[in-house]
Parts: sequence; C-alpha cells; structure tokens
Amino acid sequence: MDDSLGQRGAQAPPSHTTGPGSTTRAPRTRRGKETWEYLALAATAIAAGAVFFIAAFVFWEGWPAFREVGFFEFVLGKVWSPTRGFYGILPIIAGTFAVTILTLILAIPVSVGTAVFLTEYSPEWASRIVRKAVDLLAGIPSVVYGLFGMTTLVPLIRRIELATVPQGAPSYLTVGYSVLSASVILAVMIAPTVISISCDALKSVPSEYREGSLGLGATRWQTVTKVILPVAAPGILAGIILGTGRAVGETMAVLMVAGNAPLFPKSVFTPVRTLTANIAAEIGYATGLHEHALFADGIALFFVVILLNSVALWFRRKALK
Amino acid sequence: MLAKTLRAMVTAFLLLAGVALLVSGCGPKQLTIQMNGSTSVQPLAEELAKAYMEMYPNVKITYAATGSGAGIKAAQEGTHDIGTSSRELKPEEKTIKEFRIAIDGIAIIVHPSNPVSDLTIEQIRKIFAGEFSNWKDVGGPDAPITVITREDGSGTRGAFMEVVMGESQIKADAVVQTKTGAVMTAVASDQNAVGYVSLGSVDNTVKALAIGGVKPSVETVKSGSYKVQRPFLFLTKEEPKGEVKKFIDFVLGPDGQEIVKDKGFIPVK
Repeated sequence: MDDSLGQRGAQAPPSHTTGPGSTTRAPRTRRGKETWEYLALAATAIAAGAVFFIAAFVFWEGWPAFREVGFFEFVLGKVWSPTRGFYGILPIIAGTFAVTILTLILAIPVSVGTAVFLTEYSPEWASRIVRKAVDLLAGIPSVVYGLFGMTTLVPLIRRIELATVPQGAPSYLTVGYSVLSASVILAVMIAPTVISISCDALKSVPSEYREGSLGLGATRWQTVTKVILPVAAPGILAGIILGTGRAVGETMAVLMVAGNAPLFPKSVFTPVRTLTANIAAEIGYATGLHEHALFADGIALFFVVILLNSVALWFRRKALK
Repeated sequence: MLAKTLRAMVTAFLLLAGVALLVSGCGPKQLTIQMNGSTSVQPLAEELAKAYMEMYPNVKITYAATGSGAGIKAAQEGTHDIGTSSRELKPEEKTIKEFRIAIDGIAIIVHPSNPVSDLTIEQIRKIFAGEFSNWKDVGGPDAPITVITREDGSGTRGAFMEVVMGESQIKADAVVQTKTGAVMTAVASDQNAVGYVSLGSVDNTVKALAIGGVKPSVETVKSGSYKVQRPFLFLTKEEPKGEVKKFIDFVLGPDGQEIVKDKGFIPVK
C-alpha cells in the first residue's frame, strides 16, 4: 500500500510534462487523476470534518451547562451573572436579535439604494470610484470600527440620548453605549457586502428588460422599482444573507460599543450584550460551570444563525417564484 | 572470527560516538519556561522575562495572557511551568505553591474635567451598586453617572468586588468593557463616566480619585493607607526546581523587584 502510494506520487509529476515514454501516458494520466481525486476527497473530508468536530466540541463542552443549570432556566433565564450563579441568556438572545434587526433596518435601504444608484443612475466612471471606496470599507479591521464607535459615535449618541430621554429615566439610557450604537457601526460594516453583491445582481439583469420597460413608456423610477429590483431580488437577498451573517458574528466592534450590560432591549438606547460579545468578554477568565455556560452560549448562537438563515432562505425562495 | 570481532568493536564504537554526539551536540541547552495567566500580570511578567532572558540567553520564557482563572488552572494541572493570578486564591484553590511578586493598586478613574476628586469607599460602592446615579449625589454637577465596569471573572473586577463592593453587587445595567485600555478610552471620552483600572495603567487622559483623602500612589499602597489594592501571584504546581526556581528567585530578588517598581507596581520586598 505504502509502496503503491509512493509510486503514484513519483509518477504524478511526469504525467503533466510531455516527453519520452508517451506510449505509457494514458494509464499514467488516469492514475494521476485518481490521485487528485483522492486528494480532493481528503480536502473535502478535512473541511467537513473540521466543521463537524468544532460543532461536536462546542456541544460537548456546553452540554454540562444545560445539565447543571437546566435547559429552560438557561434559555429562558432573565439574569446573567455567573459569579452569583445566575446563567440566564434570554436577555442576551434578545439583545442579539435587537442589534441584528436594527442593523438590517439601517443597512438595507442605504445599501440597496446605493447599489441602484451606482448601476442605474451614476455614470460608469463615478460608479467605479465609489465601488473601489466601498470595497476599501470592507477591508478595515473591526477593532478600528470599534474604536471609532467608542470615541466618536458613542459620545454623539450620548448627546442625542441626553436631549431626548426624559428626566428621571433610568441612567443607563444616557450612557451612549446602546443597541443603536452597535447597529449603526454594524450597518456601516455590512454595507460593503450588501452593496457589492446587490450591484452584481442588478448588473446581471438583461438590458432588454430595461430597454423594453423604457420603450413602453415607463419612467426610470418605474423601471427600477417594477422591473429591475424584482428581477434582481434573489441576488440582493443573497447579499443581505451574507451581511446578516456578518452582523450576527461580528464581535469586537460590538463588544466596544454595545455597553455589554445583559439587559432586555426595551428601547434602542438600552445597552445590550450579544451572544458573541458574551463569549468574547468572559471566556478568558471563565472556569468550571461558567466556561461550560459560555460554550452553551455558543450552541445558542448556532441555532440563532440557523434560524436567521432559514428565514432568509424562505424569503429567497419566495422571491425566486 | 577476527573480522567478526572487529566489526562488533567498530559498531560499538560508532554507537558510543553517536550517543556522545547526541548528548553533547545540543551544546548549551535551550530551556523554556512557559507561563500562562492574568492579563493584568502580563506586562510586568514580560518585562521580568525579558530582563532574565538577557542575563541567560539560553532560556526562553513565553507568556500566554489568558486570565487569572486560566492561570490558576494551568498551575493546578501543571500544563505550564508558572501560572499567574491577579487575585488572591480561593481557599479551595490553595493546593498549589504561590509566590507574591508585587502589589497592584486599583485606581478609581473619572474624566479629567470632573470636579469630584475625593470619594469614600462607601460612596464608590453606592455609585457602582446604582444607589447613586447622579454626580450631584456625591457633591458633583447635576449629571447622570456612566458606570463602567469590567466583565465577570476579570481579576481587576474580582479585586474591585472584594475590596470595594463587599456584599453589594455592581448594578446590572453598568456598561461593561473587557480590557483595561477599553475602560480608559471609555472614561476619557465621557465627562460623566467612572471606572476602575490598575494603578500602573493610569495616564493623564483620566483622573484617579483619592479614596477617603488618600491619593493612590506607590507609597500609599505599600503603607496600606490606600485601600483599593490586590496582589500579583506566580503559581506553581509543586515546589519549583531548576530554571523555574531560578527565575522566581530572580523576580523576588533586588533586580526583579526593581523592575516591579519601574513598571509602576509596588514591590513586595
């Protein structure tokens, strides 16, 4: 077995070169192809295996928390305070959804609007410059967004809060760290993804549709809203799905601006903690049940992502019909 | 017959030579000391390690900053040569050897423009517990207090809880930042904020409060008059031997303690 593998390995390179011994080329090529098939299979197995083992590890490490805290006490518990023995992640799950949904509310109109403008209205050269700039945005590390948010956005939102929140309201509503701060930062972070995929989707709409619509006397706006957007919708949704994934998974920037208090998001000004931020914040010092509870937090994150993806896929299927 | 004996002798010689080469071939032996633990101890431990490695170039010291909990675990399980902690060991954790290498004062910090500059431990406790939520409650301007705390399990938070909070809890709606630097930035960018960090990390972007009239400083921490302080511990599974013992002796010796002092922490000797 070892020997035959060694032979294959040794023979594979010559099979790519033309040279003497071309009479034996056919079988060699076939054997070479087999080798590559095995390599491809091995690569696939490693990739799939890694996903499987990570999931298995997270479940294995998180399971004791469900057993010791109780599944419902964990998922529906309203207080997260590990040093006091409270392991309830409901406010953290609620915080995650609040931040994600507000992010999408802020990001989708701006991103899709930008994509429509870039493909349908602005001149080609301007689009190219703007798209380059947008792609640059995608390359900024999240900790930089976080620092910007902490030093610039949070003080700004704090000023808005101080001006709008009535006297006598709880003091946590005026700290600046909030659902809104996290969502604004995340909206800027996911916009490049949504814009660039939406642009591609809009560009792939056949120009006959555009010309046909305009030829029938529709205005440009009618053409965009009634013809082009519906046709490009599945592609735009794909971009939104990717952006949502990034919003749910983003940790560092959220950790810096969301305030991380495990509170229920009763208003956009409430400081909240997300599932990812909770793990990142506490795993370094956690031991024993606390550590297991953070892995169980990871399991919850797993299901939140699956749920959001299912919803998005359902929308996509509806759009494709 | 003769040839056979000769061959055996040559083989034996070669074997011996090979073994000798293996033993001596390593030359000056490369030794590694692996450390793991508190993020608060890291800057000091790395400075100490650097000085030690300059004195003994054949020693390599690594530090993984994972947190006090992980550092205690690393010492208990013996996965690293030295674990570190920035809080006292709990009674059930006292199965390992501990070496107090330095004391760290914890500074209560506010924005430099805040007129409040002196509070009692009682007032600080009430601010962090949420009983006082406006600066005018402690003689400051009429402005809501932004309480900034560290995450559950952090050594700094543990020390703060122990020394300041006692039986009280930090209010659940306090803003949580997860690094010393993040607390500093948060306080420096909010006129109404209050937080706590290691005394050694305080710079002029924030103002450290006096506690009961005592300003935080090396002298006041060492004398015990400044109350908000915590130990830095080196932990080993068993009585340290060899290079690990030598390194700990260096840290506790005059050269090591000089570095402790240079880094803004308080020496133990």
